[in-house]
Amino acid sequence: MTLPAVGLFGASDLLKAADPTPPYQPTFFSEPEWRFIQAAVDRLIPSSEEGPGALELEVPRFIDRQMQDTYGSGGFWYMQGPFVPTAPPTLGYQLRFAPRDIYRTGIASVDRWCSNKHHQVFADLPVEARDDVLGQLQHGEIDLGDIPSAAFFSQLLTSTREGYFADPIHGGNRGMGSWKMIGFPGARADFMDWSDQQGKRYPLGPVSISGEEG
Amino acid sequence: MISNKPVDAVIVGFGWTGAILGMELTEAGLNVLALERGNYQDTSPDFVYPKIADELAYGIRGKMWQPLAKETLTVRHTTSDTAVPYRQYGAFLFGTNVGGCGTHWNGQHWRPSPEDLNLRSHLEQRYGKRFLPENMTIQDYGISFAELEPHMDRFEYVCGTSGQAGNLNGTIVEGGNPFEGPRSRPYPNPPVADIHGAQLFAKAARTLGYKPFPQPASNASRAYTNPYGVRLGPCNLCGFCERFGCFMYSKASPQTTILPILMQRPNFELRTQSHVSRIVMDASKKRATGVMYFDPQGREVFQPADLVIVGAFQMNNVRLMLMSGIGQPYDPATGKGVIGKNFAYQMVSGVEVFYDKDVAINPFIGAGAGGNQIIDEFNSDHFDHSSLGFVGGGYIYGGQTGGRPIQQLMVPPGTPPWGEAWKKAAKDSYLHTTFVGTHGSVMSYRDSYLDLDPTYKDAFGMPLLRMTFDWHDNEYTMSRFLTDRAVEIVKEMKPRQYAVLMNKPGGHFDVRQYQSTHTTGGVIVGTDPSTSALNRYLQSWDAHNVFVIGASAYPQNIGYNPTGLLGGLAYWSAKAIREMYLKNPAPLV
Repeated sequence: MTLPAVGLFGASDLLKAADPTPPYQPTFFSEPEWRFIQAAVDRLIPSSEEGPGALELEVPRFIDRQMQDTYGSGGFWYMQGPFVPTAPPTLGYQLRFAPRDIYRTGIASVDRWCSNKHHQVFADLPVEARDDVLGQLQHGEIDLGDIPSAAFFSQLLTSTREGYFADPIHGGNRGMGSWKMIGFPGARADFMDWSDQQGKRYPLGPVSISGEEG
Repeated sequence: MISNKPVDAVIVGFGWTGAILGMELTEAGLNVLALERGNYQDTSPDFVYPKIADELAYGIRGKMWQPLAKETLTVRHTTSDTAVPYRQYGAFLFGTNVGGCGTHWNGQHWRPSPEDLNLRSHLEQRYGKRFLPENMTIQDYGISFAELEPHMDRFEYVCGTSGQAGNLNGTIVEGGNPFEGPRSRPYPNPPVADIHGAQLFAKAARTLGYKPFPQPASNASRAYTNPYGVRLGPCNLCGFCERFGCFMYSKASPQTTILPILMQRPNFELRTQSHVSRIVMDASKKRATGVMYFDPQGREVFQPADLVIVGAFQMNNVRLMLMSGIGQPYDPATGKGVIGKNFAYQMVSGVEVFYDKDVAINPFIGAGAGGNQIIDEFNSDHFDHSSLGFVGGGYIYGGQTGGRPIQQLMVPPGTPPWGEAWKKAAKDSYLHTTFVGTHGSVMSYRDSYLDLDPTYKDAFGMPLLRMTFDWHDNEYTMSRFLTDRAVEIVKEMKPRQYAVLMNKPGGHFDVRQYQSTHTTGGVIVGTDPSTSALNRYLQSWDAHNVFVIGASAYPQNIGYNPTGLLGGLAYWSAKAIREMYLKNPAPLV
């Protein structure tokens, strides 16, 4: 079978090749922190033939932008003392760290722990070792010093899922990749025409707030 | 200190009750001023499409919620614990800005059952005086269902509520809720069309002999003009309802039902960014002279008024009464005092229902309320409790309100929370999963109450409210019973798999997980000044020109969502003010 030349290298691809989007430069995370974030989110939601991973959907960009937002500085949380980190977990978050502090403190501690244990920072570990470290963080099995490792992991996973599923306007979920994978029509937000066709799969793909269609 | 020109009536907080009282009191010819601590917000420009369809900004970060950074509350389980602040949103979502929670609610619009209003005397009569646990402090409202009915009816017609009547003037109507109290008229609008999860639930429930009916919803099922002449548009099942403002003018809120008229009235004024700090009393301590508030510049201002309507969120009503020194604060050691007494909440549980890929649930299609199906067999005292070991109950519902993926995506039990297995489960489950939930009552108890925190302060340096609350055996047993019934229906729905989420004995009230914003009590209505803060007209027993209107008045929490009752009580109280109080400003009881 012979394919027309334009089919192999479509017009939009030609444009991309001529003018590649420069990689996102983080404004909050330092270079070592940025490498950690990329290496971590890539394992929390990996890429496979089932669907896109957090890295290709630009979740790290989302997290970096959130850190520069009210959210990152803890502006949405009540952050007055006294802090009682020993309160029962059922009474909720009681640390004095805003999200920015959780990342800054947590990443440095994990990289320090990895360097001591494996002689490499987290981002340089092979994937199996990274998964193992993430699993230990999740279960609170690594002593990070000032911050409980489960609290750090929880922040990391929460941010990753948010960036994976939030509207692309926030910097992640590039091309609405996660929405296409699960079948969420995004900001379409009008199903009047489907109210009498219940039980049949909704046929339309997603749209985003900025008008992107997928 | 700045002192403003006096007004006839000042309203604290501008949500549902503030809007209703504003309407009623201006109609009576009064000069009315509403003070709202937040900002103005309206359908346009604040909730317009597509900007509103932003799950992160509204559903997760909470653009419409009270900023906890400025004001929150503290929580502890028992009086011997030290309370710590509710620092991040979880269990309940307070509102802010004009409309308050009445703007970001679902629109689940219920009336109580008749026996909910005289619960203690009803249960004692049916089961005997020794049936209730000693520490349970439930009380009667002192208002009958028949007295409230016209006011709940009126509120439904203002909201354009969509539903199917089940009891019209005592005649049971097929397809509605046969357990509801008699209603004088049908709902103003027919039910919203069922979503698929609700259809599957209703079919299974019917097979088991139950009588499912459409969820009464203040999500208009068609274009509607309410008695004030304000128009609502038909709900399009957008899936961005609760936690969001409605861009379709379909969800009833003060903005979509009352404000277009009220804001035009020459004898009405709204001041936003005006944070009321206390009600000011005269030397006799029997009468309020007005309120103190912080204006947008942070200055303390005295606003004189002949009548003070406290119409903020339940928690804020309680806090304002405590900070104003009106009524004796409740003391759990003696059981004496009334302000802060009988705090209650909602006991919910749920079943996630996973189907194979041949069942298309399309979870993103949903209204906040409409489209779901309900059974009410096990609510209130609709069933014999004599051998069950608990009182109260709740409704069981099937369906969902949307499929917003950060908050509402469900994966089967046993799925790891991250990695390739999680991603695949998310992909495989999303379109084929629905929900069955229970929404249960919570009784009031001697040890569940609200007072002022001794340590933590808000942005103005004033003490935060402190909640002392944990679950009791009655609610654990009730929830187990209700959840078992829900699971039976789920099994009949024949899913591939299901997962039960519920509170179990040995656990504790957990602020981390969203449960319900239906917090109640603290300034309760009743028949006796030694056991209640308000008389049957929601007038303070201690200061006759102070009326405290909201879910703070509920002596215990019902198994239904609170807003329908709240609107009914607001119109009921307004009528008493207009027809009795204004003619003779004195205690009405």
